[in-house]
Amino acid sequence: MLPGTMPHDLPNDLSKPDAMNQTRTNLRKVEPVAAAEHQPAVAQPAIRIRDLHKSFGGLTAIGGVSFDIARGEFFMIVGPSGCGKTTLLRILAGLETATSGTIAIDIPAGSERPENAMVFQGESIFPWMNVWNNAAYGLRMRNAPASLIRERVSHYLDRTGLARFADYYPHQLSGGMKQRVSIARAFANDPEILLMDEPFSALDAQNKLLLQEELLHIWDEQKKTVVFITHSVDEAVYLGDRIMVMTAQPGRVKCFVGVPLPRPRAIIELQKAPEFGELIHRIWSELRDEVQRAREQENQDAVQDNKG
Amino acid sequence: MSTQTIAAAPEQSLALSVRARERLLGIASPIVLLAVWEIAARLHFIDTRFFPAPSSVIAVLIEMLRSGELITNTLVSLRRLALGALIGGMPALVLGIAMGLNRWVRAIFDPLIAATYPIPKSAILPLALLIFGLGEGSKIFMVAVGVFFPVVINSTTGVLGISSIYLDVGRNYKANRWQTFWTIALPGALPVIMSGFKLGIGIGLILIAIAEMIGAKSGLGYMIWTAWETFSVEQMYVGLFMIAIIGFVLTVLLNELERLIIPWKRD
Repeated sequence: MLPGTMPHDLPNDLSKPDAMNQTRTNLRKVEPVAAAEHQPAVAQPAIRIRDLHKSFGGLTAIGGVSFDIARGEFFMIVGPSGCGKTTLLRILAGLETATSGTIAIDIPAGSERPENAMVFQGESIFPWMNVWNNAAYGLRMRNAPASLIRERVSHYLDRTGLARFADYYPHQLSGGMKQRVSIARAFANDPEILLMDEPFSALDAQNKLLLQEELLHIWDEQKKTVVFITHSVDEAVYLGDRIMVMTAQPGRVKCFVGVPLPRPRAIIELQKAPEFGELIHRIWSELRDEVQRAREQENQDAVQDNKG
Repeated sequence: MSTQTIAAAPEQSLALSVRARERLLGIASPIVLLAVWEIAARLHFIDTRFFPAPSSVIAVLIEMLRSGELITNTLVSLRRLALGALIGGMPALVLGIAMGLNRWVRAIFDPLIAATYPIPKSAILPLALLIFGLGEGSKIFMVAVGVFFPVVINSTTGVLGISSIYLDVGRNYKANRWQTFWTIALPGALPVIMSGFKLGIGIGLILIAIAEMIGAKSGLGYMIWTAWETFSVEQMYVGLFMIAIIGFVLTVLLNELERLIIPWKRD
């Protein structure tokens, strides 16, 4: 069964008493999850988020979100700028702490894998390391054996078309190649969950298409759980199993949209499919009001700044 | 179209000759200056008691090379410079990076450094002599103090200037403190640290010359000072010339070292 065929509407009464528990739990055992009854399709949630709030000073970035992400799901988050989607991902990555709410990340018993690896927006590969050492970074930091490092890094440099450039330094690479290194670094570390923060937003349209296809190819190998943030509706539909649309600030869940398109997907072929156009239209109509609202907020802020 | 191609060719050869001419001028200007100086000295247009002819300075230089006096003094000064740079530079490097990484370390040491940095380093020479005596200690200490400040300040600045995304990557991949130091803080700050070292070596060279003039029995500073006492102006010029050469060679070597240890730096 395709994850895309699951019901997408999440009831609002998900906040259970445990929502006040602020600690980040790492459930080591697979336990029956209370929310599963509300979301039957997500039988094995890899990530369970309940009533998550985040504020910076007086500003509420995330205004209480609750959702599950299934194991092996390619989960997309779309929202207007400033809706807190990057903050949400950074909380998942452990780079920020939530103001309140819970995140439970379910790691199968006996798994030696790291919990997550993030592909950052913008240039995040180290300029002082060559391509090989950049891709090996995660494995080195957890003292993986040399043979494993060699095997994994060469595999993913191969898959990202970087094998010939292993000795190159980032300043010798194009923007697209740098982002490939970042993807190879994340995959080579073999995490339970891959977090991707608009990884292709700085690339030109043609390179973006290539990298999206490559990402799908690599992902098809192991079908890891992916949480992918984007502001591109097309990208969300190309890649995702399910798309979460967020509201303008403060960020809340507006709706979920399943993507019942078969895999493996060829992005160019996808554009011909009638479902594709319908999905784009549906997401855009959900998003439009939010983008409009985000713009009004920005205008208000600008007016206030000018007064003050 | 064809006229454009014809016009482009001579332009290129002109561009090459401009570069060659630049290099030629760079070599010619000091030679011409020395020649003018030589002629002016021989014709007594300038006072040879203060500005002896370059030929007579070279004669003294050769004589001092033969006696071994020049080489001994140069090596003594270089040794003090190297030891001082090491003793002052290494703790400065570690402290500076720690200050860059940790706000508490920065809060403790920042005011101390800000308060002591403006003291002219040459003004603490009497104190150095008092503490370390007339031997090697006081000379090495002076160099160490001179190297310490630019290195500690640049190391902190260098670490603070590292883009926060790299530190996020370190945290995301669970780099521990030690790994963060070696894989992010040190290499990320290295270009700025290197310019701190270059600056520090320059200051160290100034300080070693001053320190050797007072209370030393060897070194280039001592050589220049005794030349003044014996009114041997040519010897004074030989000493100044040697210091200039050391400064020049060290700059070239440090630039090479920089290229070697920072291969990712764009040209």
